[in-house]
Parts: sequence; structure tokens; C-alpha cells
Amino acid sequence: MRVAGSAAFCARLLRRQLVLGLRRPVEIGNPLLFFAMVIALFPLGLGPAPDTLAAFAPGILWIVALLSNLLTSEGVFRSDFEDGSLEQLLLAPQPLYLSVLAYVLAQWLLTGFLLGLLSPLFALMLGLETGAIPALASSLLLGTAVLSLVGGIGAALTVGLRRGGMLISLLILPFYMPVLIFGSGAVQAALAGAPAGPYLALLGAMLCLAVALAPFAIAAGLRISVDA
Amino acid sequence: MWSLFHKFGSPPWLYRLSGSILRWLLPITVIALVAGAVWGVLFTPPDFRQGNSYRIIYIHVPAAVVALAGYYVMAIAGAVSLIWRMKMADVAMRACAPIGAALTFIALVTGSIWGKPTWGTWWVWDARITSMLILFFLYLGVVALYEAYENKELAAKACAVLSLVGTVNIPIIYKSVDWWYSLHQPASIKFTGGTTIDPSMLYPLLLMIVAFYALFTCALLLNMRAEILQREQRTAWVRRLAAAGESD
Amino acid sequence: MYFESMAAALQMEGHGAFVWSAYLITLGAIVLILYAPRRREKRFLRQLEGQIRRSGGKVPGAAKEV
Repeated sequence: MRVAGSAAFCARLLRRQLVLGLRRPVEIGNPLLFFAMVIALFPLGLGPAPDTLAAFAPGILWIVALLSNLLTSEGVFRSDFEDGSLEQLLLAPQPLYLSVLAYVLAQWLLTGFLLGLLSPLFALMLGLETGAIPALASSLLLGTAVLSLVGGIGAALTVGLRRGGMLISLLILPFYMPVLIFGSGAVQAALAGAPAGPYLALLGAMLCLAVALAPFAIAAGLRISVDA
Repeated sequence: MWSLFHKFGSPPWLYRLSGSILRWLLPITVIALVAGAVWGVLFTPPDFRQGNSYRIIYIHVPAAVVALAGYYVMAIAGAVSLIWRMKMADVAMRACAPIGAALTFIALVTGSIWGKPTWGTWWVWDARITSMLILFFLYLGVVALYEAYENKELAAKACAVLSLVGTVNIPIIYKSVDWWYSLHQPASIKFTGGTTIDPSMLYPLLLMIVAFYALFTCALLLNMRAEILQREQRTAWVRRLAAAGESD
Repeated sequence: MYFESMAAALQMEGHGAFVWSAYLITLGAIVLILYAPRRREKRFLRQLEGQIRRSGGKVPGAAKEV
């Protein structure tokens, strides 16, 4: 039997994950719906005054994006772990680094990427100034990719555990904080009329670091979980 | 060199060694802690701006310093256990987490108590406090992950991965929190200015820092001993130890 | 000693409550981190000793010889 090359293998994995996701459109819709619902909670809790909402909007949007990413990253490896295909993946000759990256990329495309694209809509609902919307969308696109990679580490470490759901948030929320700081910082800078570029550059640097290192940690975590 | 390395991997040897270290280190630690605290609280002059409340520094700063260093000890032990598969290293790593969490807790609580008379509030979202709080969460995350695994050897491996991820992240978290704070800094609160610390205050502080390092070592060894016995409960030497009814 | 009397040391010009409570909490935490592993070790050994006595000198499942 011919062994597929690493690139072809990863492309197939990515396609498989995307097809699996698209076959269950409700699961793609869930994080977006969660995002919308939590956004709707804030005016109810803080009061509908447009000024306060607009002032809090960068923080609100970023925190909610972070939470919905957290909820979805828990399940990245879950079903493959349960049906045993994860074990097959670990035994495959292709480098685990790349295949893990394909998993995370698929997860990001189905959540963070869509969230970034839809965020202007919610930003308008919260009364964020239109000038800050490009900064919001681009910071979300970059930042959620970092979140997906870091979340993947937590998912890999907890996939074998029965009560992984709460645990994963305890493990990885501290690592989300820098992304939150710079992500909402970008939007606030844009609101204040300052360039958002430096913030986006820092998010990009974090993304580079995460792409370089996180797959190793995810791979190590998966090996441990499959052993368990 | 290698034979020493292998000895460190041997549970009974490490158990006996830690016993004989603790026999003299533990009393010294207690004496140093008491001496440093008495010196700092009763025999140093008050700070000319903060008055007597500054005396909390003699526990606050050492706890914070050692809590941060403890994370690196934990991460290094985790790396050793992952790379060389040394069982005793993951015992050490596991032992670091609760001690580190306790020290971070001390630093946070004493800092908060110090803040009340000095800044007039129990809690400020200052860069250092926030970073310390995040460190506390990181330690508790390791403890929670360890407890979640049934198999303790796998638990230790998972915690090792987590603590290594934390090591890469701690500088980023610290820098970003620092930076976040300088952006949002409230104007009303002034922190310690550029005053250098007087020798009469510095020496007890240094003594306390050393004492807290010794305390960390003692607690680490004590935790490791308990953990070693539990992991090795099926071996002959632990059986003999238990049958003899003594623990040293 | 810097303070003139014990009462002055307890008072610390109004800061005493803060300083002493901080030291007490620290003392509690230190005692806890030193005492808890010691107790765990002692209790485990006692438990194992009981097991050995009940099973006539052998621990159930103890096979490995080091």
C-alpha cells in the first residue's frame, strides 16, 4: 500500500474534519448562537444605555468570543478519541505535528473564523463605532487562531477524562489572558483613534509562536491521553 | 555523574536521603523563619512613609519570590521526567504544585492586607497582583489536572506538559499584564517610588527570602516522601518500613 | 527592640491588626504545608502496617522485590 505524503495526508484530514463539521450544521451554529445569546445578556445586565454598552463593547465582544471558543475546543478530539481513530492517527507514519495542526485549523475555520466574520454584526448591536470594526474583526481572526491552538492543548490533555469540560477551562483560561489583553487592546486603540497595527502585530507574533510550539504540546497530550 | 543520576531515580535511596536532609534542614528552616520574622517585626525601624504596615514585606516578598521560582522548579522537574522518564522527577513536580499554590496564596493575602492601610483598599488590579493571581490559577490548574487522572504516572506526565506550556507562557503573561496595566493605570495610586531599601531593613528581608527557599525545599521533600511511599507501596522496602513501624 | 513595650508592638500605631493578622495567616499556611504531607505519610504507613499484620506478614499484591 502506498503511504500518503504528509501534505496530502493533512489536506485529507482537514477535509475530513470540515466535511464532518458541515454535515452537522447545528454544531457549527451552536457557538455562534452562544455568542449572540451572551451578547444579549450584557444589555440586560448592564442596562441598555448606549454609551455604557459602547464603552464596554470591545471587552464584551472579546470575552464572549473567548468563551465560545473555549466551549468548542473541548470537543476537537472527543469523537475521534471515542471511536479509536485518534489511536490510528498516533500510529500513522506522517508527522503528528502536521496532522494535529490540521485538526486545529479545521476547528478554527468552523468557529473562530466564522465568529470573526460575523462579529461586525454583533458589534453594531452593541453600538461599537464603525471605525473600530475592522480592528475588531481582524483581531478576532488572528486571536481566535491562537485561542484554538492553546485550547487544543487543553483538549488533548483532558480528552481521556470523563469530567473534562470544567477542567479544560481551568487549565487554559490563564493562557488565554494575553490574547484577551491585546485583542481588546486593538479595538480600544481603534476607538481612541490610535493605530491598531501594533496590537495586531503582537497577536500575529503570538500566533507564530503558538503555531510553532502548541502542536508539540498537543501531540504530547494526545499520546498521554491515549495511554490512559 | 551518571551513577548519581541513577541514584536520584531510586526511590528508597531518595527516601532515606530526604530523611537525613530533613533532620537538620527542618529545624534550621524553622529557626531562620522565626528569627527573620522577629527581627523584621520587632527590631527594624518603621518605614518613613508607610509606618509599621511595611513590616508585612518580610513575608510578602519572600513568599512571592519563592512562589515564582517554584513554578520553574516544577517545570524543570516536569521536563526531566518527560525527557529522561525519571519517575522521581515527576514525584518532585507533583509535590511543587500545592506548595507553590500555598505560597502564592500567602503572597496574595498578605499583599491584600498590606494594601488596606497603604492604598486604602484590599485589592487593586495592579500588574503584579494580577500576574500573581494568574500564577495562583496556573498552580491550581496543575493540581486539578493531576487529581483528574486515575493513573498517577500519566497524571504526572500530563502535568509536566501543562507546566512546560506554562513556562513558555509565563513571560508572555507577565509582559502582557504589565503592559495592560500601564495602559489602564489609575492615577490615584502611587506605588513604591525609587527609594532604595535601607540595610537595616534589607538584611532581615534577605534572611527571610533564604528561609522561604529552605521552607520550600522542606515542604517539597516532605511531599515527595509521602508520594514515594504511596507509589512504591507494593515493593519490599516499603513493606519492611511499614512493618518496622517507623518512618525514617 | 524598636518598640518600647509589648503593647506598643501589638498596636504598631494602628497598623498592628494588619501586620499581625498577615503573620498569623502566613503561620497557619506554613504549618499546613509542612504538617499535611507528614500526616499523609504517617497515616499511610500505619494503614500499610495494619494490612501487613492482618495478612500475616504479607501485603496483598506485593510481588516485586527491590
